[in-house]
Amino acid sequence: MLIAQRLALGFLVLFVVSLIIAAGVDALPGDLCQEMQGQGATVETLKACREEIGLDKSLPVRYVEWLGGMLKGDFGTSLANGREISELIGTRLQNTFFLAILAALISVPLALVLGVLAALYRNGIYDRAVNVVTLSSISFPEFFIAYILILFFSVNLGWFPSLSNISPEMSIAEKAYKSLLPALTLTLVVVAHMMRMTRASIINLLASPYIEMATLKGMTRRRIIVKHALPNAWAPIVNVVVLNLAYLIVGVVIVEVVFVYPGLGELMVDSVRKRDIPVVQACATIFAATYILLNMTADILSIITNPRMLHPK
Amino acid sequence: MTDNKDTLGQTADAVAPPPPRKRRLSDTLKALRKAPLSAKFGLVVIVFYVVMAIFAPVLTPFGESEIVSNEYEPWGVEVAHETAGGGSETVTLMLGTDNLGRDMLTRLLYGARNTIGIALLTTCLAFLLGGVGGILAATLGGWPDQILSRIIDVLMAIPALIFALLLLTIFGTSVTTLVLVIAVLDSTRVFRLARAVSLNVVVMDFIEAARLRGEGLGWITLREILPNIMPPLVAEFGLRFCFVFLTIASLSFLGLGLQPPTADWGSMVRDNATLITYGDITPLLPAAAIALLTVGVNFVVDWFLHKTSGLRDDQ
Repeated sequence: MLIAQRLALGFLVLFVVSLIIAAGVDALPGDLCQEMQGQGATVETLKACREEIGLDKSLPVRYVEWLGGMLKGDFGTSLANGREISELIGTRLQNTFFLAILAALISVPLALVLGVLAALYRNGIYDRAVNVVTLSSISFPEFFIAYILILFFSVNLGWFPSLSNISPEMSIAEKAYKSLLPALTLTLVVVAHMMRMTRASIINLLASPYIEMATLKGMTRRRIIVKHALPNAWAPIVNVVVLNLAYLIVGVVIVEVVFVYPGLGELMVDSVRKRDIPVVQACATIFAATYILLNMTADILSIITNPRMLHPK
Repeated sequence: MTDNKDTLGQTADAVAPPPPRKRRLSDTLKALRKAPLSAKFGLVVIVFYVVMAIFAPVLTPFGESEIVSNEYEPWGVEVAHETAGGGSETVTLMLGTDNLGRDMLTRLLYGARNTIGIALLTTCLAFLLGGVGGILAATLGGWPDQILSRIIDVLMAIPALIFALLLLTIFGTSVTTLVLVIAVLDSTRVFRLARAVSLNVVVMDFIEAARLRGEGLGWITLREILPNIMPPLVAEFGLRFCFVFLTIASLSFLGLGLQPPTADWGSMVRDNATLITYGDITPLLPAAAIALLTVGVNFVVDWFLHKTSGLRDDQ
């Protein structure tokens, strides 16, 4: 029941967000056609242009048409070069997901291991060091981390390229090699949060009677944490992992710009600069939808893994 | 004080008067001495930045976007500079020049002014919007609360950076748009927090008493609720400031924040990024300046949260 409610809420939010994105264009001073033609606009050309992109229809009609197109994969055409947006987005979307997945593959296991270790050696020198490092790493702007990595790994050591100009013809291994630095940057950004949550949820459990029992039985600390505490800590950990995946999808924007990675984020920033509104709309919709869907997944997962939440007070 | 004691006698002892200003100051100093090293470090950093930002024009002989030499001069180059009196003096450019031949140190100092100033303005605006909204929603309850909360839910479901990019495309990039967009997006978090903490206070007896006394909405929110929810809000202010600061720096880095020739740390990194490929760390300086300030503020907030909420050490 609660799951159905969350699902319904998620789709409602998705709907409202699409409304906001679609209606946003109407907030433009003037309209899209004036924006495109600038000073050279005449009454006739404006009229023709409005008819061509359907601006003469009313807002609800336009919204339904736009949404229908979106669902069919037809995003309209770019203002800047008149190309089909779906064509522009296609491979870029794949690239962005590739980068996010690569970053997730590195960061999730790393965060889990670091979190468990921090819980194991709580209040020790290791724990404190990890705490300070993670607290600092979330305070760093992404581009700072990115450039430091470039400075060390590509300029000084020469191990990795500083530009991740991947193309569809490359093999997966080559792609992974070229996108390793951006993936590492993203890892450093998200690992702190996941690691702290892992540590906190394990430490929370350490006060429970069954952990005390295990201690009294004479089990080692390592065994208690890995065998007894960790399985029960999964729910909050899974939740925070999915939330961070959502963040990864969105956080790629800046990293992609630094490494000139041909992803969706770079396209979006580029289009914002050119004020190419249809492209920005399409990118924003894809990003927002992914983000909302992943957040919804996180909520539903935490309900499934914790049956107590099925019975709210 | 002596007058008080003579006339009131024992009552003054029974009802402890608020500590006089002098003692409050010494209390603060004592707390500061006992603060952990990280918090002291954070405070020193913040004070340093504020001083730099305020006295930027005094600390450097050059103007904000004055071209003083060739592009990309290395550190420690000497140039001749005309003084205000008409004479000429030799100035050492400690950090060299940027991509247009402007003094890097000068840009850094003015950058502190612009970046911090705008971030502070945005955070204040976000707190004004979110704080007032949150407290009102908690006090009024009922349908105003429902409507406000649902709007905030939807706004929070969209990733902030993406939303900001969309809005900046529509309204164009200017400082006013930037401040407004980020303030509105950030006020959602403030709203959530302000509403949550005020909900705990609204049910207290003294609020009921104030209502029965016939106090208006303004009095109840400002004089009864606000003082009781100050500590979490102050801590949140620090965190929000960091967040806003990072967002503005990121947007400027993307070329969508403060527009040239205004000095700004985000765009300074971007303009001079090519130097990194030659192993020169100059472009990293503004980025490091951003990082240092956020770390400093975070440390102070961390300490403040520990002090005010008695948060458990092991969390």
